[in-house]
Amino acid sequence: MKRLLDVLREDLHLTGTKEGCGEGECGACSVLVNGELVNSCLIPVAQVAGAEILSIEGVTGNGAANRVQQAFAECGGAQCGICTPGMVMASVYLLSRIEHPSREQIREGLAGNLCRCTGYQKIVDAVFSAA
Amino acid sequence: MEPRVVGAPVRRKEVQGKLTGTAQYVADLVMPGMLHGATIRSTQPRARIRNITYQPGVPWDEFVVVTSADIPGTNRVAAIMDDQPSLADDHVNHLHEPILLIAHENQDLVRKARTLITIEYEPMTPVFDVDASLSAETLIWGSDNVFKRYLMNKGDVDNVWEKAAFIVDGEYSTGAQEQLYIEPNGMIAVANPSEGVTVWGSLQCPYYVHRALMHLFALPADKVRVVQQETGGAFGGKEEFPSVIAGHAALLAWKAGKPVKLIYDREEDMAATTKRHPSRTRHRTAIDADGKLLGMDIEFTIDGGAYATLSGVVLPRGTIHAPGPYLCENIRVRSIAVATNSPPHGAFRGFGAPQSIFALERHMNKVARAAGLTPEEFRRRNFLRTGDATATGQVITQPLDMAGLLERALREADYYAKIEQFRKSNATSVLRKGIGFSTFFHGAGFTGSGERYLQSVLELETTADGGVCILSSMTEMGQGTNTVLTQVAAETLGIPCDQVHILRPDTAKVPNSGPTVASRTSMIVGKLVERACIELRDRLITAGHLRTPYTPEEFATAVRLCGAFRSRVRYQEPPGIHWNDETYQGEAYGAYSWAAYVAEVTVDTLTGETQVDDFLALQEVGRVLNPVLAAGQIEGGVVQGLGFALLENVEWRDGAMANSQLTNYIIPTTMDVPPIRVLFEEVPYEHGALGAKGIGELPMDGPAPAILNAIENATGISFHHVPLTPEDILRGLEQNTKTLEILEEEMVR
Repeated sequence: MKRLLDVLREDLHLTGTKEGCGEGECGACSVLVNGELVNSCLIPVAQVAGAEILSIEGVTGNGAANRVQQAFAECGGAQCGICTPGMVMASVYLLSRIEHPSREQIREGLAGNLCRCTGYQKIVDAVFSAA
Repeated sequence: MEPRVVGAPVRRKEVQGKLTGTAQYVADLVMPGMLHGATIRSTQPRARIRNITYQPGVPWDEFVVVTSADIPGTNRVAAIMDDQPSLADDHVNHLHEPILLIAHENQDLVRKARTLITIEYEPMTPVFDVDASLSAETLIWGSDNVFKRYLMNKGDVDNVWEKAAFIVDGEYSTGAQEQLYIEPNGMIAVANPSEGVTVWGSLQCPYYVHRALMHLFALPADKVRVVQQETGGAFGGKEEFPSVIAGHAALLAWKAGKPVKLIYDREEDMAATTKRHPSRTRHRTAIDADGKLLGMDIEFTIDGGAYATLSGVVLPRGTIHAPGPYLCENIRVRSIAVATNSPPHGAFRGFGAPQSIFALERHMNKVARAAGLTPEEFRRRNFLRTGDATATGQVITQPLDMAGLLERALREADYYAKIEQFRKSNATSVLRKGIGFSTFFHGAGFTGSGERYLQSVLELETTADGGVCILSSMTEMGQGTNTVLTQVAAETLGIPCDQVHILRPDTAKVPNSGPTVASRTSMIVGKLVERACIELRDRLITAGHLRTPYTPEEFATAVRLCGAFRSRVRYQEPPGIHWNDETYQGEAYGAYSWAAYVAEVTVDTLTGETQVDDFLALQEVGRVLNPVLAAGQIEGGVVQGLGFALLENVEWRDGAMANSQLTNYIIPTTMDVPPIRVLFEEVPYEHGALGAKGIGELPMDGPAPAILNAIENATGISFHHVPLTPEDILRGLEQNTKTLEILEEEMVR
């Protein structure tokens, strides 16, 4: 059975959601399912029948996502960019739960998303300034 | 003239596509009629291949299958020694070595087919240990299992031991480390005899891949084209390895007559591709009664794995950095890269230097203790200064004040107060706090004659919109090439950054500016941008199209009047650079960057866990071209260094990585990372772009020894290897008393 990730990328050609590990560890494939943050590589597509799926293509330019994206650009939160859509999704989810998170809450909120380039500092700065 | 753009936090040029998910990485590409490829790999570390059978279960007649017999040119991955086959033919030298390639349009069938190929082997004795390999009882490579040896000598170290007040020995080791770019390796190829070979992929060095494909297919240069897609991190892991995967995708496409996409999954990428060379360093150091270095005798050994790849150039960088930023009249470094039956080790940020610097900066603390000096006072007495000669006899001509750099770092980190504070608090707590530091240098650009041999070329052309476009083979992989080279051009021409374009590397369109490695992009290729801009501007002025001073609009008008024009510049060696490959003496690097890093840790003596609480990174890197990108390089490097020190442990089975998953190979997350304070001192380097020196690799060198020095400060235990796991720390705590006794004995009067 196809994973939600495959349906997004291959059938719908929404390639902004990335595959980094295929085992639910890196968070590059993060999307929102009915408002909950999930790794789309771990979701068999049958599980999300009738659910609302939001990927990076769906949030770009809207409210919190726009603020997060602008802040990533400003603060240097994106380097190679492969983790970035997932980071944006995790940040949007965090800000939907906590309007003004502390840096510690941001670290906890992004702990499921791996980045190998930035050392995370500028990502945390970006989310903090977007909140 | 526009306000200055160099030194300003100019936004990353390609950031929009990365933020919105529209940037095109290789996995995102689809071509009509495309097949999906897979690599069938060895399940033996060293064996003869006896027989290959294809079990029923898939329609094999629909599959494209490639063996070494299908290779049109030479069955070698062209690199330095050309010893590695693209596909094994009669025997394999490591686990996961590529033997066969298969492709089909249905990815599910490809997955199934991978399990239906049976390869019978006749096992041969493998060698996994460098000492066993050096004994040469079992020959696995060449006549002695040695890829490369170096001897670097200054003065006469054999004559110092008699005069020494103290002689201090030490042995240190570092583990393999996976680059772990978040985007796995991947390529798409179109290949046929009439049009030649084209590949699109995730890669650092387009012309390395170009050369490898020419050899593999016996094609002339103009029949091979390599295009870099957006690249999701590399760190050296996409320096030489993409030549392998590009060759495989192209071989399948050549035979299939259709485009072939070959993308590794994470497990394959971790198990089968290169890692940082494991290392061992032995030090014997003589000091006089004043704590001055008299002699340093160093042995540096790296495990190269089954094929040479880049071991022959990783080794010299590790060798030259082994004695560090210290003045000593008698230095000998004997270094060796050894073959084992592991998947080949290769390039990873720092390229040998993090290994030998880890050893040195742990050892310098040990020597200081033997001399009865604090680590900082011992270093102060021994730092290189302007006018001093390094181990290769390179006289430092730039202003250099390592003592000042260290003092500032210690002051900013509140080092002295914390030493006192922790000594008191540790007496009554199971949570032991410590603070430690490292001081080090990193040479930018290719080692020795490398840049002279490379002869890098860069072009700049005028564009119809009245701007310029940079044509170079330097790749953007997150580190900021696009932005920084744009800033250099904009600053030099006095125009805004959006009037400067940069072409994505494509060997059909850009000249060979050398590989994107060795912290050379800003300093060396940036200088080519600067020179190409000056040449273009002077031409516009000479032709009467432009008069100084001018506005960006006047520049645009002049460009339109001048019409299509392309300036082309070639690397010129700065004056005073001489290097002797035989004696290993001379100017090893055009310039060094210098640094002092301070780490603060808490060690939980009940669980053995170490948390890095605070980190300060102070460096002198020449002129900082973009403060946000530069700090991003340092922060990212420090965190990779933290992983190297504490977390990233490769478990070996049959010579290969057994924990090839992100579930059990742990890299730092947001929760493992301390606040990192990044500070720069700027001493412009006249031969770097607008004063810049190298920056990318430097931050990989210092964290591991600084963290272990802090752990020693916290626990009183001297650990000698990384990664240092909680289990190691618990064992160390148990043996504490015994360890201290051994330390005493090692300090031979």
